[in-house]
Amino acid sequence: MTAQPALEFRHVSKTYSTGSPAVDDVSFAVAQGEFAVILGPSGCGKTTLLKMVNRLQEPSAGEVLVGGRDTRAIEPTALRRSIGYVIQQVGLFPHMTVAQNVAVVPELLGWHSDKIQARLQTLLELVRLPFAEYGVRYPAELSGGQQQRVGLARALGADPGLLLMDEPFGALDAIERARLQSELAGLQRQLGKTVVFVTHDVDEALRLADRIVIMRSGKLVQADKPHVILARPADSFVAELVNSNDVVRRMSVICVREVVVPAANESDAAGPVIDANADLRNAFSQLLLSGSDSARVADENRVIGRVTIDRILESARTLGVDR
Amino acid sequence: MQYLVRHLGLVLTLTAAHVLLVGSALAIALVVAVPLAVVITRNRRLEAPVLGVFGVIYTIPSLALFAFLIPVLGLGFWTAVVALAAYAQMILIRNFSAALLGVDAAAREAAYGMGMSRAQTLWRVERPLAMPVAIAGVRLATVSLIGIATVTAWINAGGIGTLVLDGIEHDYPQKAVAGALAAVALALAADFALRRLERLYRRHLRAG
Repeated sequence: MTAQPALEFRHVSKTYSTGSPAVDDVSFAVAQGEFAVILGPSGCGKTTLLKMVNRLQEPSAGEVLVGGRDTRAIEPTALRRSIGYVIQQVGLFPHMTVAQNVAVVPELLGWHSDKIQARLQTLLELVRLPFAEYGVRYPAELSGGQQQRVGLARALGADPGLLLMDEPFGALDAIERARLQSELAGLQRQLGKTVVFVTHDVDEALRLADRIVIMRSGKLVQADKPHVILARPADSFVAELVNSNDVVRRMSVICVREVVVPAANESDAAGPVIDANADLRNAFSQLLLSGSDSARVADENRVIGRVTIDRILESARTLGVDR
Repeated sequence: MQYLVRHLGLVLTLTAAHVLLVGSALAIALVVAVPLAVVITRNRRLEAPVLGVFGVIYTIPSLALFAFLIPVLGLGFWTAVVALAAYAQMILIRNFSAALLGVDAAAREAAYGMGMSRAQTLWRVERPLAMPVAIAGVRLATVSLIGIATVTAWINAGGIGTLVLDGIEHDYPQKAVAGALAAVALALAADFALRRLERLYRRHLRAG
């Protein structure tokens, strides 16, 4: 069997009794293990699109396929229990402890209590809220960031392959948001989950996405890799939305590994050491701070080559042209 | 006071009868009000007619209501219970539906989004979260019924009202006052107990 998309929209529309369609003939697929971000201004239909995946909304036309199966053929509660769901307001159950919240879906699925207990340990460890310390606390005793970590753990409760996230970090302060973004990115890589993530925050989309789906007034405008969207925006709306001429923003979608000039036996010890997995924006500021104009690039503590300020600027300028 | 001290046994017996009267009425009222509140919050178009009907009943003076019921149920305990239960509906349904509608929409969405059925969402999420406001409604209804139930002595339903009635009839103010004091004490005790229960349910329900 060839790789089945984890999720596919086929000519999906959603029309309410009044006004223009909220979602208008949208088609795209999300591959297994892909991090897809649906980006657009408020009211563009991105949340409606997301809710049609787990049937909190029903399409007026077209079909939604999860793991190759038409969702209409799956009982809504069964479908939802097999898909993780995280919302901006978190929606933790305030009368239940952290552990009880995270155990909701496994309990709905009738898991054995030993298995649930083991799962709770793993999940709370994963979101860095150790069971022994946080399991018995109530949501009101946690900070906003901690609550959303519990929300994420709860969504991962029964180990779903697909995770839907509706502006999950929208209510957090900038520091917490950045921290949770990088933790989510790490978790997603580690667990290989397919994620569909809705946001109106361009930087968040660029930071997290393997692919960005841009929506405007219910229509899909462009769906592509972040650096392609920055380099070749489909129209003036996309160019303006992502501010594609912002060089610093362009730097943030390129990885040092992609532009490193390899050096078989690097002996020159000048300049700082930069991680190959860092983005160019990060590398650029490290270079500026160090006062040096070239740096060594390290991959797991092994120096693999060099990168220069000129090379970084050139890569940002020519983004998408030669790739 | 002298009457109260000398006839403490009688006063306590009548108070117990009063509790039975109000308790029976509340039990019946809850059995009717809970499903009605659930129905009108799920189907908002039914809210106005349901509250309209019980609103009208609520405005009927108690003696007139007894007059309607006596031909059907006769004099005594059951007529009083039915009348009191009917009075309580207005307060209970209004408070229960407000309690359900006041449940955090995000908690409800999360419940559905995780795959709870409507019944599971109602029982596991909406019910516990609505509890404090619902108990406040029960408290209000209980205190009202303890007061209204003193009148049911007129139709021979027993309870504390008997003391008040006898006191007035026999021009024996001490007896009437003893009855009034017992009713007030009972109402205060019920109010206190239900407030404690409400607080117990509210414990963890700060900012969700």
